[in-house]
Amino acid sequence: MIAAYLVLFIPFAGIIFFALAGHKADTGKINVRFNLICLLATIWLAVNVLNQGTILSSDKAFLIDPFNVYLIVLTAFIGLTTAIFSSPYMAHEKELGKLTDNRLRLYYSMYQGFMLAMYLVLTTNNMGVMWVAMEGATLATVMLVSLYRTPESVEAAWKYFILCGVGIAQALFGTILLYYAAVQIGDAENSLLWSVLYENAGKLNPEILEIAFVFMLIGYGTKIGLVPLHNWLPDAHSEGPTPMSAVLSGLLLNDALYAVVRNKMLVDGASESNVAGFLMMGFGMLSFLVAAFFLHRQKDIKRLFSYSSIEHMGIMTFAFGIGGASATFAALLHMTVHSLTKSAIFVTVGHAAQVAGTQSMEKIRGMIRTQPSIGWGLLIGTIAIAGFPPFGVFTSEFLVLLATMHSYPWLTPLLLLGIGIAFAGLFRHIQPIVYGERPEGQLPVKANLWPVIIHLGLVLWLGLAIPGFLANWFSQATSLISGSAPL
Amino acid sequence: MNWLIAILQATLFVVLAPLLAGWLKWCKCRLQNRKAPSLLQPYRDLIKLTNKQPVVSKQASWLFVTAPYIIFSATVLAASVVPLIAVDLPTSATADVIVMVGFFAFARFFQALAGLDTGTAFGGMGSSREMTISSLAEPAMLMAIFTLTMTASTTNLSGVIIYLLDHGLVLRPSFGFAVFALILVAVAETGRVPVDNPATHLELTMIHEAMILEYSGRYLAMIEWASQLKLMIYGVLIANIFLPRGIAESFTAKALGYGLLAIMVKLALLAVLLAIAETLFAKMRLFRVQEYLGFAYLLGVLGMLSHIILEASR
Amino acid sequence: MSIEQTDFYTQAILSMAALIGLTSFLMLGQGRLLRLIFVFALQGFLLTLTTALAAYILKNPHLYISAVLTLMLKVIFIPWMLKREVIQTNMHRDIEALHNKTMVMLSGACLMVFSYYVLHPIVHTTAPVMLNALAVSLSVVLLGMLLMISHRQAIAHVVGFMSIENGLFFAAIIATKGMPMVVELGIAFDVLVAAVLFGIFFLHIRSSIDSLDVDLLNKLNEVDK
Repeated sequence: MIAAYLVLFIPFAGIIFFALAGHKADTGKINVRFNLICLLATIWLAVNVLNQGTILSSDKAFLIDPFNVYLIVLTAFIGLTTAIFSSPYMAHEKELGKLTDNRLRLYYSMYQGFMLAMYLVLTTNNMGVMWVAMEGATLATVMLVSLYRTPESVEAAWKYFILCGVGIAQALFGTILLYYAAVQIGDAENSLLWSVLYENAGKLNPEILEIAFVFMLIGYGTKIGLVPLHNWLPDAHSEGPTPMSAVLSGLLLNDALYAVVRNKMLVDGASESNVAGFLMMGFGMLSFLVAAFFLHRQKDIKRLFSYSSIEHMGIMTFAFGIGGASATFAALLHMTVHSLTKSAIFVTVGHAAQVAGTQSMEKIRGMIRTQPSIGWGLLIGTIAIAGFPPFGVFTSEFLVLLATMHSYPWLTPLLLLGIGIAFAGLFRHIQPIVYGERPEGQLPVKANLWPVIIHLGLVLWLGLAIPGFLANWFSQATSLISGSAPL
Repeated sequence: MNWLIAILQATLFVVLAPLLAGWLKWCKCRLQNRKAPSLLQPYRDLIKLTNKQPVVSKQASWLFVTAPYIIFSATVLAASVVPLIAVDLPTSATADVIVMVGFFAFARFFQALAGLDTGTAFGGMGSSREMTISSLAEPAMLMAIFTLTMTASTTNLSGVIIYLLDHGLVLRPSFGFAVFALILVAVAETGRVPVDNPATHLELTMIHEAMILEYSGRYLAMIEWASQLKLMIYGVLIANIFLPRGIAESFTAKALGYGLLAIMVKLALLAVLLAIAETLFAKMRLFRVQEYLGFAYLLGVLGMLSHIILEASR
Repeated sequence: MSIEQTDFYTQAILSMAALIGLTSFLMLGQGRLLRLIFVFALQGFLLTLTTALAAYILKNPHLYISAVLTLMLKVIFIPWMLKREVIQTNMHRDIEALHNKTMVMLSGACLMVFSYYVLHPIVHTTAPVMLNALAVSLSVVLLGMLLMISHRQAIAHVVGFMSIENGLFFAAIIATKGMPMVVELGIAFDVLVAAVLFGIFFLHIRSSIDSLDVDLLNKLNEVDK
């Protein structure tokens, strides 16, 4: 349990440290160290869970089970690699005069604040605290979206703030309804604890829970970026600093989905009908298709990939909605590979935009000649995210497809169509960026591409073979969520 | 005996109405740091007008001359329906609240006709404005009243008051809305600030005064008296329905006296409130009146809804 | 069970629910910012009263803490902050022309009916007062959203946002007798931080578009620039 407290304490210390110390030349490196220590703590935690199974802290405030522990490690890992990327990236932005020391102080402090919120969402056992932390994540990142203080970024941040704030208020209403259902059967003090709720799910009033779930889905769904609540997402991703886009896409969306799935587990326990599943399938499919079409219309490279995030979150939501062992397994795998790939892509995209001096895709050309490492990174990343074999995204999408064919065969054509459209949408934009004519005056930048290499390497590995301990882990999580072991 | 008390009550209404108007004017003057006229001034005005020779336009038809009497008597009839000091009187048993609204509409109809009758520009303008406002105010008023009658399951005002007295103090959200709506409507219907200003004759803004601009002498006295009566009726409605304490339930002298005292205190307080409101607010533009009455209607609907939704038995 | 048979607490709660719903409607039709803020503070005050009443009747001392928190945040701090902002930007004389106010009001009424409709499935499992409290708070939430849609000033958006929180708080107090303390403190903290951030944002928006009219925030969209 100490490990869990440590995981929460380190980013908390980070917030205070960066806020007090101010920005210095080596702050970026210190940020990396904070995240590294945190990653080590999460691995320690993960080993504990692997050995002992589910851990519930003595005051029942924290719950670590196979489902969230792997997300905690993933969060820490992406937090670390993004920190590695952000250190030279932010230094470069400062050289360009876009940022001042004070803003960087805010940036690093809130980077840790965001990480803290994410860890809190994942580790807490209390559904109310989960909501608070989720809102906290919005509050921590909203100032980062407007870090550049351009009119566009202020607008994006305002949209993000208002939409997510209002959206998440619905989730609070859902939480209140959940609590209301719970106090009818048990003592008030522990009624919001997930472990208690899960044990007593069968006794909860199914009607109240179904209504509560609708609100939860709308609320947390805004954070996931489900269509039609997605409007903030492309703006926030495209106008904020790129490391922020990477963690938003790689972590925040996942954790919001995590919150929805936790609630779905309760509803499934209480209600006979599969309302929660159908809702998630519907919203997931809608997001997936709409985002796939929108990919074609984009002009801004970061917007392009944020729509791709919506698309993939749609697939995951859809897969969790199908339920059942294989679909859940696929969704968990997809969560992992998407986070890894997408943050890798945002890292390369950030560098590409620095090389070209713009985010407009029409002006970014010939990356592979200007700076081959970025060009290749972008190309491979896009291949991976579009779902080509042998990358992990292919495996997980294939599993989703299989599960769909098994449960709802008539939805398979839609899924295939969407994947095809998304693939075309990505490639028609990325192909000229990578191969096109190199414009005058494009110069390579100092870039640290290790995060990209590590991420894409992992995704490739997951595509070729899922290592035994990870598969074991996934299947533990799957049996927790869906009630049956995969395969 | 009962009829006697009913007639007495109607007479009281007619007699006390100018006093209320005087008291209201007195409060307003004090609030505005002016020297107030005597409380009896409205009586003196009425007497003075009655003694003067009326002037009637050559173009005016018989309608112009008869309208003041019709208006006055319709208003008195409406007043006789409203329980002032005692409930369960024979007059209120024969007519209910909808009849009361009907009397008002009847009076207003003749007033508008009389305004049109002489063919002057102001009269027509006043009539058209009056009808516009009343067409918006009446639904709001009925909504508010329906909320009350649904609670008591009767449209008889006495019945409503008896029901409320029987059930003691109950916090009803619907009543909050209804009373607020009724106050707004009362302000609009009796031509007070911020809808109309009874103290001015500004041609662009006047409504009620424009209609009666052609009247003089005893005809004017009749109409003035009727409008004072109307103000009092609304005041009594609000006071007795939402605060029915004190009204006489039996016809003993003590109960009746106590009832009279109670209603006078209630009306006096209500008039103070009205005077404060009239001092605080400025008259609104004519085109804003529909928003104002729309709001009153909304409150009425909310009152009805909250009666059906919040309070109804399930 | 009609209203006469319920106890005083229930009657008071129902009245409060009705009044809070009314303040939401009042805000919806309000074009003047200062008045809007005043009505918002009024709503916060009603909420404080409700919380204190619940604390007193249910003998639940921790609700007193949340009553105090509500008072400080929703009645004093946030209205004060917004009011200062309005006066600084010299907007207190402006009246925002709300286009088709009638439509907005009517849709507000529809939303109220809708929230009853949404919560109708739970009618047979709960006391009517709970259903009403939940439905009213849901409609306050929805009306807050409508307020944000129909007004253009950033300040009105903040008021809408915060009145959504009010609605949620009302539900939490009535239906569940308050959330656990840690959650309630967390929510209050979030609201506080959000309020401060809004203050900072006003500054940013003003310096970027020289106005607080969020309709002017229209640079980012899917249509080609």
